[in-house]
Amino acid sequence: MSLASHYSYWVTIFLMIAGLFIVIARGNLVKKLVGLGIFQTSVYLLYIAPGKLIGGTAPIIASGFRAYSNPLPHVLILTAIVVGVATLALGLAIVVRIREAYGTIEEVEILEQDRREEA
Amino acid sequence: MSGLLDHLPALQVVLPLISAPLIVLVRRQRFAWLLTVAVSWISLAIAIALFVKVGQTGVISYAIGSWPPPWGIEYRVDALNAYVLVLVSLVAAVVAPYARISIAAELPREQEYLLFAMFCLCLTGLLGITITGDVFNVFVFLEISSLSTYVMIALGQRRKALVAAYQYLVMGTIGATFYVIGIGLLYLMTGTLNIADLAERLRDVKEIRPLLAAYAFITVGIGLKLALFPLHQWLPNAYTFAPSMVTAFLSATATKVSVYVLLRFYFTVFGASILFEGLPTADVLLALSVAGMVTASLVAVFQDDLKRMFAYSSVSQIAYITLGISLANEAGLTASIVHLLNHGITKGAIFLLIGGIALRCGVVSFDRLRGIGQRMPLTSFGLVISGLSLIGIPGTAGFVTKWYLVVAAIDRGYWWLVAVIVGSSLIAVAYVWRFVEVAYLSEPDERSVKRGEAPASMLGFAWVLVIGSLYFGFDTSFSVGGAREAAALLLGGAR
Repeated sequence: MSLASHYSYWVTIFLMIAGLFIVIARGNLVKKLVGLGIFQTSVYLLYIAPGKLIGGTAPIIASGFRAYSNPLPHVLILTAIVVGVATLALGLAIVVRIREAYGTIEEVEILEQDRREEA
Repeated sequence: MSGLLDHLPALQVVLPLISAPLIVLVRRQRFAWLLTVAVSWISLAIAIALFVKVGQTGVISYAIGSWPPPWGIEYRVDALNAYVLVLVSLVAAVVAPYARISIAAELPREQEYLLFAMFCLCLTGLLGITITGDVFNVFVFLEISSLSTYVMIALGQRRKALVAAYQYLVMGTIGATFYVIGIGLLYLMTGTLNIADLAERLRDVKEIRPLLAAYAFITVGIGLKLALFPLHQWLPNAYTFAPSMVTAFLSATATKVSVYVLLRFYFTVFGASILFEGLPTADVLLALSVAGMVTASLVAVFQDDLKRMFAYSSVSQIAYITLGISLANEAGLTASIVHLLNHGITKGAIFLLIGGIALRCGVVSFDRLRGIGQRMPLTSFGLVISGLSLIGIPGTAGFVTKWYLVVAAIDRGYWWLVAVIVGSSLIAVAYVWRFVEVAYLSEPDERSVKRGEAPASMLGFAWVLVIGSLYFGFDTSFSVGGAREAAALLLGGAR
């Protein structure tokens, strides 16, 4: 169990942290959603990579094939992708409405407008 | 007919699920409302039937599509989730008929049916999370309920509702993704997603580190969804700017269902023993709960908006629930589970009554509510009674919870905790008193002179919950009885 043999986990963790960082560090509402998308994508890798068997095929019984990859993670992630798409679509729709209402998609300016409204 | 009755667990989720697209297809406001009311009442009937059946025959296991668990998805009803199902569908059954006038006043007419469609989807998600016995299925239903919640919040009148919905979307998605990471790690270690099977196989797992990581991810993820202090940042804005009936429904159900998921993972999946030895969870949860109880109540005292004040009060009330979990003895868990119901009903009543005030006065900030006690006597009186239940005055539902919490704290020998519980209740007195002072002891505001009581249908359904919060203070055979059975079940699973 060397570090290099599990490189897919390193990629996963890098994407996870990068995505989360973008969500926190960026003030642009669309960029935040991009970060959120990257963060969610990293989880797809977390599930898919261990399901793959090197040399394994699709799990259909046929002569000549002994090793099969695990299909369940793929199915789960198909669901998660759909959820991710729905979240992104809804998020962008809300950003469009925010832009209509505030005229900006920068978090700082939106908060500034809210503060002025209250004062 | 007996064939249909066997399928009650599936119908519980499927009925609200199919009514949502029906509403969108028909696009009639009245049809949308009638169907929502019918579905929520049928859901309540099914939930009660399941609760009774579980009491008689024990755990109900239902294999979706007849694929036997652990391969297929299992719906599994036991003493704990039957109780939560009753709570969720009860609140839905009260909020749905209330909603018609409230929604008509707060939303453009062409958007009304969409809100009812989202309400049905949200109900589907919450019931689904509760009833399913499959951890990935929990995630799917969690996202169904969350996505519909974001839409409902964004439909609020003011533009701040959009920002609140966006912030909740980002934080909620992070929470849900943390949860998926957690169950992904569990799946890697065990190869199963079925809750009962997972609990079985986790006992044989030797490598403890991935389990601790999974456990941490799930705790943080669900902690975000249930607004565990300090992960509650999304809650005050979401509750303040959402339409009134949405706030009432969410405050009474959404966070409660997340607490249920946490209970399920802590006690059924992981088993209390590994977990409280492996990591200092109990201590961390205890510290966060105490901090939440005190700070959120203090912040509530200084709010100028009635809705926001009770939103912060929700954060502190949720902390009482997590406090019971952190004590992890029978009285503590009973307090937590009974408070799901008690706080759900009390807070639901409060936000429904506030919806009536919003309808009559437009805004619910304190400076506009002076003398509201004379203008809207029944609404104000209902708010005061519910407020007493939040404080925990004997004779109200809130007292029952506080009683069990204090018993649990004494059982553990935490005398200082008893003082904290009483102290935070005193802070609750302060914010409830602010309403009393404005409503009864101030000169009436001229701008609200001619405005009368809220319409009878709104007031009536709000009072159903107010009376509920009094009833469960006197007769605890359902509330505490059910909660104690559920607590025994959870602790039994841990041994």
